[in-house]
Amino acid sequence: MAEALIHLAATLAGIAFLLALYRFFRGPSAADRVIAFDVLTIVAITGIVLVAFVEGRGIYLDVALIYALLSFLGVIAVARYLERGL
Amino acid sequence: MAHPLDLLGGLLLVAGAAFLLFGGLGLVRMPDVFNRIQAGTKATTLGTLLSLAGMACLRPEWGLKLLLIGLFILFTNPISSQVLARAAHRTGAEKTVKTSVDRLAEDTGEAP
Repeated sequence: MAEALIHLAATLAGIAFLLALYRFFRGPSAADRVIAFDVLTIVAITGIVLVAFVEGRGIYLDVALIYALLSFLGVIAVARYLERGL
Repeated sequence: MAHPLDLLGGLLLVAGAAFLLFGGLGLVRMPDVFNRIQAGTKATTLGTLLSLAGMACLRPEWGLKLLLIGLFILFTNPISSQVLARAAHRTGAEKTVKTSVDRLAEDTGEAP
């Protein structure tokens, strides 16, 4: 039962990833792409946590935490750049 | 018969993934940058938090680490979306024709 629910959750997250990827490539402005990138990383964090459960390895959660940290820094940096240049 | 906590965790995971899906859908369907930021960050924050809570139900021994990831996302996601929205506003991002009020432009004295 839990297995089927996890497969369903992974499918839904995969569809969300594809939708965000569409906005990432379509644009039209840089802010659209950055916000799509933000959503992509958030979905990827959920994906990493799901992979950690399926593989049964808790160490993958550290990867998810570092990924969240780096994506936050990336979004802030790009937003500052858009505003007034680095 | 599955353990009740497993069932609860699976249902929370599916609910969280559904919110992620709605966030992605809003990202595609919304008309301008500000609406996309709204749909993209609000829905996905809730979706990730629900997913992490579901995983904590499935694997209680991972609870502390999952709580840490959830708190981090809860603190940083609003900041990044706010900074992005301000940057988009200052660079003159296009607004949809249905926009009726722009408080930030009024406050800074720009033409609305």
